[in-house]
Amino acid sequence: MIEVEQLSKSYGPREAIRNLSFQIEKGEVVGFLGPNGAGKSTTMNILSCIMPASSGSVKICGFDVFEQSLETRKLIGYLPETPPLYSDMVASDYLTFAARLRNVPSRKARSAVEQVIEKCSLKDVSNRVIGRLSKGYQQRVGIAQALIHDPDILILDEPTIGLDPIQIIEIRKLIQDLASSHTIILSSHILPEITQICKRVIIISEGEIVAVDSLESLTTRLRNGERLILKVRRSDGETIEKLRALDQTNAVVEQETGQFTIDCEPNANIQDAIAKLALDNNWGIVELKPASMTLEDIFLKLTLEENEVKP
Amino acid sequence: MKNTWIIAKRDLGSFFSSPVFYSVTTVFLILYGIVFFILLNSFSFASFQTHQLRGADIGLNLNEMVIEPSFQQMAVILLFIIPLITMRSFAEEKKSKTFALLLSSPVRLEEIILGKFLACMIVISLMMLLSGYSIGYLVFAGQPEIGPILTGYLGIFLMTGCYVSMGLFASSLTDNQIIAAVIGFGIALFIWFIGWGAQAAGPELGQILEYLSLITHLQHFLKGLIDSSDLAYYLSFILFGLFLTHRVLESSRWR
Repeated sequence: MIEVEQLSKSYGPREAIRNLSFQIEKGEVVGFLGPNGAGKSTTMNILSCIMPASSGSVKICGFDVFEQSLETRKLIGYLPETPPLYSDMVASDYLTFAARLRNVPSRKARSAVEQVIEKCSLKDVSNRVIGRLSKGYQQRVGIAQALIHDPDILILDEPTIGLDPIQIIEIRKLIQDLASSHTIILSSHILPEITQICKRVIIISEGEIVAVDSLESLTTRLRNGERLILKVRRSDGETIEKLRALDQTNAVVEQETGQFTIDCEPNANIQDAIAKLALDNNWGIVELKPASMTLEDIFLKLTLEENEVKP
Repeated sequence: MKNTWIIAKRDLGSFFSSPVFYSVTTVFLILYGIVFFILLNSFSFASFQTHQLRGADIGLNLNEMVIEPSFQQMAVILLFIIPLITMRSFAEEKKSKTFALLLSSPVRLEEIILGKFLACMIVISLMMLLSGYSIGYLVFAGQPEIGPILTGYLGIFLMTGCYVSMGLFASSLTDNQIIAAVIGFGIALFIWFIGWGAQAAGPELGQILEYLSLITHLQHFLKGLIDSSDLAYYLSFILFGLFLTHRVLESSRWR
């Protein structure tokens, strides 16, 4: 549905993104993850036809965003980082304007507005001036605006930024509801958000894609070697020595008394050996489990690795 | 065209809900009212004098003594007022980031610019309509020639179009409304002054400068003359301003 190939954009001498290529299928919810200034907003602006790319191509449902810009724009609902709200307008008037602007015929505009008001729970505030609404409601009006013409693709740039925790939960729930009927691209620098909403992640750092994968395989693939956590009841000075003596262990660290983290080669399967060792020495195993890396760790690792490569 | 009207309608709504429009209109009406009052007063004084001196009832020309100069003064007042109307057109959209909504919608840039142009023209036409009480009164109370009044309004309207297209250009350059207004004044005054430079310059350059000046072309309209070269001048001026605006907005997308 969305095909991005070799996309680059530079602002003067500064390259914002370099050779991005990825594909998004119909119905997917894809998270665009990266630190601030990584090029997320630039990419989204190009996808939503606001600015042309310096090189490379983007095809949305077969339409080129540059060559067939008007057709493409009909398919997309876009919420920029700052929601494009006219603060002096009444919410429902604003949505009507957005509907008309997105080619919703005037007969259907009213029902389209009513629908998004319903979807985004804006009923209570639809007659109020946008500038007076709380940040959470403004964000909802922003999302409503992107939804008004029932687009196939929703592009949401940092939809939860600057909201309080309750508002964040509400907006996330709203996005999850929308996920069933739309292809959604969502950007964020907040990781739990991506883990909650998206099935696939594109991690971007300093204008380049560091990883494109589903959440699970990303977690497994990027676990460079494995880490086990061992908890025992009885341990003495020799315990750590004996663990280190095992084949295929790289490092053993005693976190606190009786708790060790064991880094070993990938696919080493040394759980048996460890268990046997513990039984033989009568340490009394409490826990032996693989330490799972959170997306946060992976994210840091990927973006830091990227930095290390650079001189 | 439909999109143009949608955009113009929203802009009009925002004009009428903002204090800027009301204060600008009030100032315009007061200034014009004073000018008109002074002109009318001196006319009645002059006609009273001629009546006494000559003893005969020789009517002075109302068109020449009141209507024509009142149009001229209106042109000057509009020069200062219009940049205040046009300044927000693009600057505000860029500042409040709402321009992204227009750019990501299936609307051409030309339609956006024309929509803004149309909204400003409607607002200013409304202001001129409100000031029409003056000429209306003269038509009712005296016997002015109607022809020059109509062509005068046409001339003022075309000149307004030039101011607006310059103002839109100024507004497209920046996201700061005040800077947009200042640049708007600057360009408008510059083109106004060119006419004065024409008298000092040599015969050939002088002719060119005179042709470029906004005010030279207005004179014909005020005299009741519709000259195709004046029409061509104003229309191409308007188109050129809108074209520049288009270039600025388009190139800012590429940067």
